[in-house]
Order: sequence, then structure tokens, then C-alpha cells
Amino acid sequence: MVATSYSAFSLLRHALTGHRHWPRTWRDPEPKEHYDVVIIGGGGHGLATAYYLATRHGIRNVAVLEKSWLGGGNSGRNTQVSRSNYFYPESGAFYEHSLRLFEGLARELDFNVMFSQRGILSICHSAHEMEIYRRWANAIRMNGIDSRLLSRDEVRQRVPQLNLDCRFPVTGGFIQERGGISRHDAVAWGYARKASAAGVDILQRCEVQGMESSDSRVTAVRTNRGRISADRFALCVAGHSSQLAAMAGLQLPIVTIPLQALVTEPVRPVFDTVMMSARIHVYVSQSDRGEIVIGGGADLYNSYAQRGSLNTQLDTLAALVELLPMFSRLRMMRHWAGACDMAYDVSPIVGKTPVENLYVSTGWGTGGYKAIPAGGDTLAWTIVHDRPHELLRPFQLDRFSSGRLIDEGAASGVAH
Amino acid sequence: MLLIKCPYCGVRDQTEFRCGGEASRARPDHPEHISDPDWAQYLFYRENPKGLLRERWVHRYGCGQWFIVSRDTVTHDILDSLPMGDLPPKGRDAP
Repeated sequence: MVATSYSAFSLLRHALTGHRHWPRTWRDPEPKEHYDVVIIGGGGHGLATAYYLATRHGIRNVAVLEKSWLGGGNSGRNTQVSRSNYFYPESGAFYEHSLRLFEGLARELDFNVMFSQRGILSICHSAHEMEIYRRWANAIRMNGIDSRLLSRDEVRQRVPQLNLDCRFPVTGGFIQERGGISRHDAVAWGYARKASAAGVDILQRCEVQGMESSDSRVTAVRTNRGRISADRFALCVAGHSSQLAAMAGLQLPIVTIPLQALVTEPVRPVFDTVMMSARIHVYVSQSDRGEIVIGGGADLYNSYAQRGSLNTQLDTLAALVELLPMFSRLRMMRHWAGACDMAYDVSPIVGKTPVENLYVSTGWGTGGYKAIPAGGDTLAWTIVHDRPHELLRPFQLDRFSSGRLIDEGAASGVAH
Repeated sequence: MLLIKCPYCGVRDQTEFRCGGEASRARPDHPEHISDPDWAQYLFYRENPKGLLRERWVHRYGCGQWFIVSRDTVTHDILDSLPMGDLPPKGRDAP
């Protein structure tokens, strides 16, 4: 079951036969009756968890259940940003672990995830905001992570296209040079390919419709492809965590809200960093395909519709053309929204639940993509050892009753 | 974009309103006497339904009144909007 190695040689060899004989990237097996671990949700987090279970811990009798196609949910709906410029030490340690895994991911997965560390530049628009950014940038350095405060002139040098004297003039910013973007589909496919090669069954179009429990344990899930029992279950379903948890009799401190993004028609390379403004709330980068990828604030009401309101889009685009007038005549090619599971403190919930053999990975909110490698790595460890991985200890469910919240919503300067 | 009917001002654009979350929650009468998990249940835990949701909205850039909207979280259809107090805060069984 070893995956064919991808190399210049294999590319050449398949070119000689007209690229007609490439093997399947992952197997398409029939479900077995029983697995050691069943992971519900075939997005980045579910696939990464399966990959690390199989490769780091030797647990290969694993199934990933996906109701649709792989990476068709939020894994394929995000703006592909990776960074670890968080304020609190707990978040810094976790997301830095993820960023380091991203740095070696293409090599580890033998799959080009196109990770490009082009820098994450956060700009600010007042002297007071500059003070907060100074504190934030220093906190990141205290966490042992790179970050650098930039003056207005340094911002100008970094992004010469930027309209510094906009409605809220730019006063400076800070940058994490190691942050960047990658290709989200490739991350999902890369993990799927290696997990499948290691023996994981990836079951697409397999929707969980109910759960069977006894003695505060989940014994099996009922799916449209039959009943599947397992020793342990993990919920990795962005957007629908509340519904899946309810099947096991659990309620979660989660609300589901839409976050929109837009992509323009492709243009030549013109924008070589990832720039965000928390104040007027827009973030923008250029993908390797040439599209300008634009994100903004979330719509602040419950929704599973995978679409948001027009006024939110207009606010985002107004901010974009004010900051970067050169984009004002680009046409929008795609627009969509993801259903984001948000906890009150905008930090994730990853670990054990009151149901003995049920693990959960949720609350990734508007920033789960960057956490895929670390989320998978630490959740796999947690499932194997039946106790939270060291990096996950602050992110357990009990923080809501102990009051030890990790209030990253405010600390990241993101007003979602 | 949502068109929301304020029970006091009539149908207005969504941008005049702010969403205040699920209406089914009731503040415990004596928070100082309840356990931390029960307090957390009130503060943070949500039903987060896929389908009909009864939620609070405030006409922030209008009359300033709070009221209750019944909205479908999948289709965004708004079924009705009623003044606060016309519905019990607990229980999702009422029409």
C-alpha cells in the first residue's frame, strides 16, 4: 500500500505514456464493520489526525468518514494563511508547532503544498493602535516567535502599492516574516494520500446519521454506508460540531457563524505579502494562480447556509479599495462563505469530552486552516494516550467552567 | 442580506440591527448559589440548532428595542418577530 513517490523522474516517466497511468492518490475501500478509531470529518484536521495516528503511533486500523468529498468543507474554503503571531503563550506555543510542521510538510507528505513564507504584515491606523501593536509584537517575541515592529516608512517599503494616506492613515505595523500561504487542497490531499498508504480507510460520501451509545460510551455510528463500530471516535467536523455532538448526547459551547471570502480574476504577480488590517478589517494576499484572495469580518449571526450578507462583503471590499486602489477594477471571480464553529473566547476546543471514548476537535472558528498539522498531531497523541497533549491542556472543555479562557479574539486584534 | 421586521418600526435593513444570540437562555435567579458548570452552561453553552432558531435582535440604529426573531439558520428565512416577553425565554416548543 505504499504510495507512489512523486519526483521529477516519475513525472518524466508518466509524461512518456501521456499521463494516462497515474495511480489513484488514495484508495476507495468499502467500510469495515469495526475500526480501532473512527474519525468523523474528512477535512484537514480529520485527515491529519488519521495520518499521525497511522505514522507516529502505528494505529492503522482507522477510518475517516466524510459525508461529501475530501476537503470540500472549510479546508477548501479558507484563505490559506499560516501564522503563529498570537498574543497568549498557550496559543503561541500551539500555533508555532503548527507553523514548524508546515515548514517541513511538503517533504514529509511528498506532496507540494506550495508553502510560501512571504510574511504576514498587520498594519494599524492610529497612534493608540500602534501602542497595542508594540505590546502584541513584543508578546510574540516573548513567546520565542519572530515578529518585528515596522514604522510607517518601513510599511511603505514593504508594500509600495499601499495607500498610506487613506481614510484612516496608516501609522505602521508589524510583521511575522515566517508566516505565509500554502495550497489548501494540497494539504488535504497530501495527508489523505499518505494516510491511505499507511492503511487508513478514507470513506467519502459516508454521512454519519446517528450514534449508538451505552454506559457513557459511543459504541457505533450509523451511516448511509452501514453501521460502523469502533473503540474510539473523534469529531473533526468544522461547522457541524453541535449536531454531531448532540448525537452523542453532548452540548458544546459553540455557535456556528458564516465567514465570507472572495477571489478576483487572476493577474500577474503584483502582491508579495499577506497584509491585514484589523481596524478596518480586511486581509489580502495573492495566490500562486494569480488571484487576489480577500477576506474580512465574519457575519455575526448563527448560520449553516455557507453564505453571508452583502453588507459584510461591501465593507470588506470598501476597505480593500481604500487601502489598495490598484485592485479597484479587478472583477470578482468567486465568492463563498464557510460555516465556522466559534467558542466564546475564539480559541479551539481539542481533547476529551464527558463521553468516555469520544474526542473532539472544534472551535477553530475563522482560523483552523493554519492549525491543521498541529491539530492532527496533538489530537492523535491525545487519542492514543487518552489524556490531553501538553500543547492542548489549555484548550480543554473544562476551561469554560474554570473560567480560564484564552481570549484570543481580543488579543489577535481580530474583531470577528 | 436579511430584511428584519422590528415589531415597533416595521421592516428594515439588517445593517440597522445587531444579533444578540439565542433567546432560549434564562439567567439563573441566584448565580452566586449555583455551581461553576451550571454557570458555564448559562454563559457559554448553546443549542446552536440547524434549522429554526429563536434569537434576540436589537434595533441598534433605530428605536433601540430588543425583540425576538424566529429565523431558519439554513435558509435564512425569517418566520416572525415578536416583542420581548411575548414568549417564554425557555423552551422551544411554542409556535
